[in-house]
Amino acid sequence: MNHLLRRLAPLTDANWALIDQEAAERCSPALAARRVVDFAGPRGWQHSATDLGRTRTLAGVPSEAVGAAQRRVLPLVELRADFAVSLAELRDHDRGAPDPDLAELDAAAYRIAVAENSAVVHGWREAAIAGIAEASPHEGQALADTIDIYPRPVAGAVELLLQQGIGGPYGLLLGRDEYTRVIESAEHGGYPLLDHLRKILGGPIVWAPGVDGGLVLSLRGGDFLFESGQDLAVGYDHHDRDAVQLYLQESFSFVAATPEAAVPLRRPRRATQRARKSRS
Amino acid sequence: MGFDQYHEPPGELPAATRTFARMCASLTEEAEAIGWYQQRLAVETDPEAAAVMRDAQGEEFKHFSMDLEFLLRRTPVWREIARGVLFCEGDIVERGEQAEAVATAGDGEPDRSGGPDGSGSLGIGSLRGTAR
Repeated sequence: MNHLLRRLAPLTDANWALIDQEAAERCSPALAARRVVDFAGPRGWQHSATDLGRTRTLAGVPSEAVGAAQRRVLPLVELRADFAVSLAELRDHDRGAPDPDLAELDAAAYRIAVAENSAVVHGWREAAIAGIAEASPHEGQALADTIDIYPRPVAGAVELLLQQGIGGPYGLLLGRDEYTRVIESAEHGGYPLLDHLRKILGGPIVWAPGVDGGLVLSLRGGDFLFESGQDLAVGYDHHDRDAVQLYLQESFSFVAATPEAAVPLRRPRRATQRARKSRS
Repeated sequence: MGFDQYHEPPGELPAATRTFARMCASLTEEAEAIGWYQQRLAVETDPEAAAVMRDAQGEEFKHFSMDLEFLLRRTPVWREIARGVLFCEGDIVERGEQAEAVATAGDGEPDRSGGPDGSGSLGIGSLRGTAR
């Protein structure tokens, strides 16, 4: 038995299969960052840090006339989202009920995906993760207030990357509000905005809950590195007569190795306040 | 034609066990070949012949690694132990003992560790190139 303690849960093998399948199905659509960055691993729960290949010089040394340096690493962070499942619902599932209530699991899957997206794109200061948008040296393109000129900042971002010698294809992450506006819109002449943006990018347009505004980035590889320790998994915490308390967990680090390979798309100022409420 | 990889009557063995045994036999043969090339290289004086042998030994490294990965994928406990030993720093024996203790704790109970590799992972991994 490993650290997830799954054997201690009062669940049948069929219950576990149901929960794992539901968790994977609910997490995957919202895991936007994984659709555009390099993914390494999973290295396992014991993996604690990412090698940065760099050192810092140590001023004090234990003996004269020797130099000293210390390796720099980026410690992995652990994300965890707790949820409960009714034991009565699971017993019904054992009897063949096709519609067990897993609403808390679904909400936890969304929360942890939002956290992962936000850490990769906007960073996580306490965890020493520099997000793509904050690490990018480009000032960024302002998203238009009116949808029919939306392609301009995207095309501007692509042109900026080309100018830097950063090849494509390019991907576009869009926050919830921006994504909705794009998929519901057609430009003058009825041409779907989504198709127009795809032609500019040559890559995917990704629904990215947890992202403010948007981000155009190169998908050539080697620029944005997500290292997984333990990939998303469901573990057991405790149970009582009514419910079992489980959690979704993962460990990871993220390094923006070539921050200039991305251009943030910023919300118009007045839309920022309004949209922030719907960020997660 | 020999069937040395079987120690029980093949007809009584499930197909998956026969495949497992064949792959174990392959793994052994690749390891033997690696050892043979190592010995030949140690005594070969012709540099051109040695270059050919080194290239051939590289093939055997690849074959051995593929055989091993196949067997680990089909054997979660073995994989879990290997995870604690392979590509790790530190004392090999100590790591092996620790990995075995962790992987085999609770033997005899149903395996609910889940996931394709027995680690409990949902197996999501990279989503590059996948449709939402």
